[in-house]
Amino acid sequence: MSQNPDAPAKNAGRVGHPTDIWSYILMSGHEQFAEDLALYALAALEGDERTALEQHLAGCAACRRELEQLRGDGALLALSAAGPKPPARARQRLMDAVAREPRTVTPTLAQSARKNGAASSSSRTGVSWWGVLGWAAAVAVLVFATSLWRENAELKRQAFNLRGQVGQQTLELDAAEKFVETITNPEGQHFTLVAGKTPPQPQGKAFYLKSRKSLVFLASNMPALPAQKVYELWLIPVKGNPIPAGLFKPDANGSVTVTNPPLPEGTEAKAFAITVENEGGALTPTMPIVMMGAGE
Amino acid sequence: MSSSEGQAISPDLATVMALKSGDQGAMAVLYDRYSSVVYAVALRVLGEAAAAEDVLQEVFLQLWRNPGAFDAARGSLGAWLAVITRNRAIDSLRKRRPETDIEDCVVSVAPDLAGEADRARAAEKVRNVLGTMPGPQRDALQMAYFEGLSHTEIATKTGEPLGTIKTRIRSGLMVLRKAFQG
Repeated sequence: MSQNPDAPAKNAGRVGHPTDIWSYILMSGHEQFAEDLALYALAALEGDERTALEQHLAGCAACRRELEQLRGDGALLALSAAGPKPPARARQRLMDAVAREPRTVTPTLAQSARKNGAASSSSRTGVSWWGVLGWAAAVAVLVFATSLWRENAELKRQAFNLRGQVGQQTLELDAAEKFVETITNPEGQHFTLVAGKTPPQPQGKAFYLKSRKSLVFLASNMPALPAQKVYELWLIPVKGNPIPAGLFKPDANGSVTVTNPPLPEGTEAKAFAITVENEGGALTPTMPIVMMGAGE
Repeated sequence: MSSSEGQAISPDLATVMALKSGDQGAMAVLYDRYSSVVYAVALRVLGEAAAAEDVLQEVFLQLWRNPGAFDAARGSLGAWLAVITRNRAIDSLRKRRPETDIEDCVVSVAPDLAGEADRARAAEKVRNVLGTMPGPQRDALQMAYFEGLSHTEIATKTGEPLGTIKTRIRSGLMVLRKAFQG
């Protein structure tokens, strides 16, 4: 390392970012892994150095977190390649391959979490002394963590940020759980919306779960709209007038995702439909209906 | 990205969840959203259209078979796809079995890369940053990332000390990160 002419550049990424995870690594005395981590993120580290780093990573959350960020830095570098588009046939080739591999639904994160929660709950009632020991260990860890907390204001701020992330992830998990239930609940209704036979054919799929007022709509190949115009999704109830269920414009590829627009409580749907409306949407559909689908 | 949302769930997460339910339409949506990123990275590494298309198919089929490998809480789908595509393309280039399990590949990145316009802006910024880097640093970074060379191979190729190559690669990545934090 002493013959390294670029050594002064080592601090380039740290200046001006005191909350960067890198600061934490430095404080923790992990500087010797800095350059090897960058190489490892690019799969450019070999031999004994790689083995030593992998052993360290197995027990060091801070370095694992830095590795994730270095991979993200690599993803940014990958963007410099942007420009070329795949040939049109590649899409059909993929969709044909996907159609040959229909999948059964795998257990979701939320379902796994519930399962794990149930398992840990039963183990708590069965082996109470282990629970007491666990609490004792937790208290000891808390005392230790508190002493560290006082010593380092920077660590404290990072812990605060991590708690915020956990809170955000909990919210996202709740939203994801609702989303998955909407798609997989056997009581949910599914609606496939199609247009005329002009290729490429627009297709939309609405997943609706009445009991949770939850709606997910995905579409592809939707034609672009003139400025000042939007698509409006309508829930067609079994009784009563169509109910607005979200406004959207497709992206450059014609793809659309609509999740959980505001809907009234307990409305039973017999179909979903799409119209083209002026920007801002309408309270009643403007004819013609461009796509429509009844429940499957 | 076009979407309408009544709740805090990203379009990528929504589509990946639909993918987990086995919805083939969700695969089409993700392909339309990210195929240009995946193809461009594969083509840059492999330099040949047919081989890049094969990697494109492989990456999206992996996602179809195992959508749970993407951890939505830890970063953007676009960044994750870019990284696993690059890794797969390098494996293909070096004719070796995949070295990294996609489930072990967690990617954390600051900018939102879900929309085509977001990615175009980020790509322009990355090119600008690379343009301002010293030539030897940019070369070391690109040899490692797009050619899949190890630090010893780069040192041999350039005649520079190993430590210099290591430092150039890490500080190059730090410069990129800093450009998107500031």
